[in-house]
Amino acid sequence: MSRLGLLALQLLVAIVALALWQLLATVPVFGRILLPPFFFSNPVDVFAQVVKWFASGAIWKHLAITLWESILAFAIGSLGGVLVGFWFARKPLVAAVFDPYVKMANALPRVVLAPIFTLWLGLGIWSKVALGVTLVFFIVFFNVYQGVKEVSTVVRDNARMLGMNERQLMRHVYWPSALSWMFSSLHTSVGFAVVGAVVGEYLGSAAGLGYLIQQAEGVFDVAGVFAGMFVLSAFVILIDIGVTLVERRLLVWRPDAADGR
Amino acid sequence: MTTPTAAAVSLDGTTVAFRLAGGRTYTAVETAQLSVADGEFVAIVGPTGCGKSTLLNVAAGLLKPAAGSVRIFGQPLAGLNHDAGYLFQADALFPWKTALENVAIGLEVAGSARADAAAKAQQWLASVGLGAFGNRYPHMLSGGQRKRVGLAQVLIRNPRIILMDEPFGPLDAQTRQIMGNLLLDLWSADRKAVLFVTHDLEEAIALADRVVIMSAGPASRIIGDWRVTLPRPRDIFEVRMKHEFHELHREIWQTLKTEVEKTYKQAGAV
Repeated sequence: MSRLGLLALQLLVAIVALALWQLLATVPVFGRILLPPFFFSNPVDVFAQVVKWFASGAIWKHLAITLWESILAFAIGSLGGVLVGFWFARKPLVAAVFDPYVKMANALPRVVLAPIFTLWLGLGIWSKVALGVTLVFFIVFFNVYQGVKEVSTVVRDNARMLGMNERQLMRHVYWPSALSWMFSSLHTSVGFAVVGAVVGEYLGSAAGLGYLIQQAEGVFDVAGVFAGMFVLSAFVILIDIGVTLVERRLLVWRPDAADGR
Repeated sequence: MTTPTAAAVSLDGTTVAFRLAGGRTYTAVETAQLSVADGEFVAIVGPTGCGKSTLLNVAAGLLKPAAGSVRIFGQPLAGLNHDAGYLFQADALFPWKTALENVAIGLEVAGSARADAAAKAQQWLASVGLGAFGNRYPHMLSGGQRKRVGLAQVLIRNPRIILMDEPFGPLDAQTRQIMGNLLLDLWSADRKAVLFVTHDLEEAIALADRVVIMSAGPASRIIGDWRVTLPRPRDIFEVRMKHEFHELHREIWQTLKTEVEKTYKQAGAV
């Protein structure tokens, strides 16, 4: 199948789905409209709403806020995860002592923390960042921990026989291995940073895509909800493409990354 | 042993044991007696699982013997053997470094300037026939090419002792011969003490000055020591045609065969 053919088929799926939605929402079938506009809106209205947001420029502020929250959540969560992951991996006793608590904290559905963060940090961006951090941290932490632990003994012995001291082992062996594991989870952790931001906004905020969706829902503006969802998924896809580009550059040495998957 | 200068590697009554689950101990090697002179190429041959690699790890300082002593150029070994370069059986290159970086790293960590290390590494890559492959990552190289990089990585540090653990084991027959000749070329230019572990008796005779045979494990011992007097420089392929090679092979094989059979019998009983 050629690229163009595939693209045509992919487009066809979207067109058929949207056409069905529009048809069922506007044309009565056996005297009944199957998708009542109050609950389902229709693609034309949703599209009009999206255009309006971009035309008036109102959307940019919300996008910027959500993007900023996601970036902060990702950066802080990753930094914490890398540091703690390294620390635990190199100090088995510390890891053993904290193990049950880490498991417990990770088992907790993070959404329930949102009210506490709002209480502590207010309605601004930091309560959303905190929620994102709790999600990102564990993914990065587990991957870095694994990455340091799973350095093959042969590679480690080789490094030692080549004369590396403890500090050089860190820099030339453990660090690259941990980073490669962390980058392999980059898509997941970036995704979770966005989830943290949007869920936080949805639960209480004054700006952002989650806020936009929540506001539309509050006034039963279904077209607004769908429009918000559409902008959100486009936003996530764009970020994901960015991550893929970064990954390609950083993981050239890995067989699967180099083959382009 | 009776040489006036101290041997490069000398194992005296070296016993290596591992603790198993349940408090029992497994003796891998028992009272090994082995001495490798400076500039001498010694091959250790034995059936699978006889503790050949264990002995090598002891000489490298990666393993501490339970009893007996290890001396490197007369000095008792404590910790890692810094005089030794070790070519491992498994892939030991750093996958996140290019071939050039992999070769240069040994000099870099020893304090050489980056540019100097890279220039030297380029020379070494050229001498193992990979001058044009410096910017490839290990996964982009074939098994034989990776071994060449590994060889350069070890030799660039100019170690006084070279330890090799079935380095060409995973390669196909032709590549092994080519690698064997490459190794002999590099070694004869600047003779170091070599301790070469293999399960391939022909390879051992073709390469080495001395062939040492180990008995089947557990608690394997060194049970034979033959001097190979085939003239150097040798060509791995041609040397196998010589009458002397066959004589020696037959003689050593008589000893080795019983040990290999023992190993298979044990494996069958398990």
